[in-house]
Amino acid sequence: MGSPVSFDYAPAPESRAVISIKPKYGHFIGGKFVAGSKHFPTINPATEEVLSQIALAGKAEVDAAVKAARKAYTTTWSKMSGKERGKYLFRIARILQERAREFAVLETLDNGKPIRESRDVDIPLAAAHFFYHAGWADKLEFAGLGTSTKPHGVAGQIIPWNFPLLMLAWKIAPALAAGNTVVLKPAESTSLTALLFAEVCQQAELPAGVVNIVTGDGSTGALIVNHPGIDKIAFTGSTEVGKIIARAVAPTHKSVTLELGGKAANIIFEDAAIDEAIEGIVNGIFFNQGHVCCAGSRLILQENIAEEVLEKLKKRMSKIRMGDPMDKNTDLGAINSKEQLLKIRELSASGDAEGAQRWTAPCELPAKGFWFAPTIFTGITQSHRIAREEIFGPVLSVLTFRTPQEGIDKANNTPFGLSAGIWSEKGSRIFWASQQLRAGVIWANTFNKFDPTSPFGGYKESGWGREGGRHGLSAYLKGVGHE
Amino acid sequence: MSFYGLVDGSEASLKNYLGSLSGVDQVGADERAAMLATRSIKTTSKRWAIDTAISMVDLTTLEGADTPGKVQALCTKAVRPDPTDSSVPSVGAICVYNDMVAVARKHLDLVGGAHVGVAAVSTAFPSGRASMPVKIQDTRDALDAGASEIDMVIDRGAFLSGDYIGVFNEIVQIRELCGTRAHLKVIFETGELVTYDNVRKASFLAMAAGADFIKTSTGKIAPAATAPVVLVMLEAVRDFYQMTQSRIGVKPAGGIRNTKDAIKQLVLVNEIAGPEWLTPSLFRIGASALLNDLLMQRMKLDDGYYASPAYVTID
Repeated sequence: MGSPVSFDYAPAPESRAVISIKPKYGHFIGGKFVAGSKHFPTINPATEEVLSQIALAGKAEVDAAVKAARKAYTTTWSKMSGKERGKYLFRIARILQERAREFAVLETLDNGKPIRESRDVDIPLAAAHFFYHAGWADKLEFAGLGTSTKPHGVAGQIIPWNFPLLMLAWKIAPALAAGNTVVLKPAESTSLTALLFAEVCQQAELPAGVVNIVTGDGSTGALIVNHPGIDKIAFTGSTEVGKIIARAVAPTHKSVTLELGGKAANIIFEDAAIDEAIEGIVNGIFFNQGHVCCAGSRLILQENIAEEVLEKLKKRMSKIRMGDPMDKNTDLGAINSKEQLLKIRELSASGDAEGAQRWTAPCELPAKGFWFAPTIFTGITQSHRIAREEIFGPVLSVLTFRTPQEGIDKANNTPFGLSAGIWSEKGSRIFWASQQLRAGVIWANTFNKFDPTSPFGGYKESGWGREGGRHGLSAYLKGVGHE
Repeated sequence: MSFYGLVDGSEASLKNYLGSLSGVDQVGADERAAMLATRSIKTTSKRWAIDTAISMVDLTTLEGADTPGKVQALCTKAVRPDPTDSSVPSVGAICVYNDMVAVARKHLDLVGGAHVGVAAVSTAFPSGRASMPVKIQDTRDALDAGASEIDMVIDRGAFLSGDYIGVFNEIVQIRELCGTRAHLKVIFETGELVTYDNVRKASFLAMAAGADFIKTSTGKIAPAATAPVVLVMLEAVRDFYQMTQSRIGVKPAGGIRNTKDAIKQLVLVNEIAGPEWLTPSLFRIGASALLNDLLMQRMKLDDGYYASPAYVTID
């Protein structure tokens, strides 16, 4: 057959018709939407289209939200049996599943992540977190804190823009299961799914004030952190802000969990299954545009296979489909904000300046929006800035090692310790390496796997405490007699 | 034979060669295949994929009940899959038992299908359980009858018992017999090899021994051409090309019954081996029922609705 060989996938865009975005949003306080005073725009980072105006909560709104949460805590939520609380959580989980398509479309528009990921990862996992914690609500005596436990009271929760709804679920589901009420602030650039979640709370007839959502920027976050009416702070975001929060709550009664930055090592041993390791490298750093705190941003390769792996990796990276996040075939979407794009560019430029070799997958960047093509830097040593600082973008730093111990030493030589990956077909090596690595989450022959039953959290500057599993749940409880 | 300079024909060199292959992680391979199955192929790409898939079909009948009449009917369909639409391409080849090769060749030529190949299953298909002289005679019969492609089965028992050199030598002998007369496809019966490590090993073994194509299955055993098995084989031909600059073809067979499955296979080819493999000379799909589903989906693209099966020919 003489026909030309061309299998360029035609556009396969997901429809926007399932959602309607209001021109302006307020806050969700005491079970009702209340108008905001000041507003700022939220945009689609893939097109720079203004999607809506988001309210900026000041002191009055945060006070009102904390007050509503306190009232709901004392009058309703803390008095309700665990079984009854669990019913609400199950209901929320089911509604999230039923409305999954709406959430996926909205998340992709507001965040820039590919619809394939919001559809297949973010939203199903968010629902799974509610299902999992719904089951815990009447079994808190098994959470590891003794037979008599108490919630903290009102939890102030501040979440990042990389997995907006999923991070909301990580925060709200355990808090509610344990009997706390919450005041949650989504990230400035990605508030829309949290506001849609507020509708879900209404739909589930969750008692007023159990979940309060205030939108805003860092100043709103600071008001929550410093509010005397809050008993527990949970934050996911940068290490820089995490340190500010730790200082702020140190002299108070508040308990705190922090999920912060990372610079994870993805270690490929010579006996790895190479093709699957390549997939793991790609998934590790290019999943969600690299906007993942546990991203495998340092590839630590055994030197005797480095050439083969890099050659295969470059070929594989050339197949990454970058572009319209709403297209079902897109693998890599838009960078979430201009600010983040500038940060990625600045750190990448430091790689050039410090003599590392940059390689970028050939792909066309769309004219509008914020984009950064998948990039690797080779010739990296421990002393390069991009081997140490979190880039939070689709940029991979490649280091090599000669012996297994050297690989581990390089992996651990970082102020972070959130996650790590080990690739080897040798079981004994996997066990040995996982015992040496100082990271909260270690994946073997896979990467970026998340499950509500599995605790997630970091060593060192990657954070305090765990989220998910029994360990994550216990952060929202205190044992009676240990107050 | 030079075996691409990869082995010298000795057992030690073959062992060394196969021992140098990296393993396959089953979970990772399954995951990658599942991810690629989410590709959404629409409109113009779907049209291109359907026509390409039709041209890659090895239209197959491998029944005890095969008769000259049945084979002739299939040959006519192979040349003009849709008698109402001449823009539909012919399939890649007809695949039959070797006693039907002469019938097929003669009838294809008669109905204007000189360009359509005849593939004969060989070497005591489907089990491969016969002595080497029988296998050689089986193949010789097919070649003498005019087969342009030989689909041989490997001795899975020998492979599973670790007699790789035995399997290798069988392929080498059949390869020599085919010479320039016929292309050689080597069938692994992946449903009997079971592990992806075995599939990868068999792929490299067969390619070094001189296979032009590596083929998943006989169609007599399930599971057959699962997406991850095809993925592992496509990775093998891609890597083999890096080593030797020779492109070996891949033929999934068994279990690919509808357009969706066929398009998923083409996505695998495109993203794993690369677009260079998207041609009937490097990718075939062994199937029977698939062709009519491709035709019906093609009509749907033109007409906007699904036609009744009465509008496609049964053979």
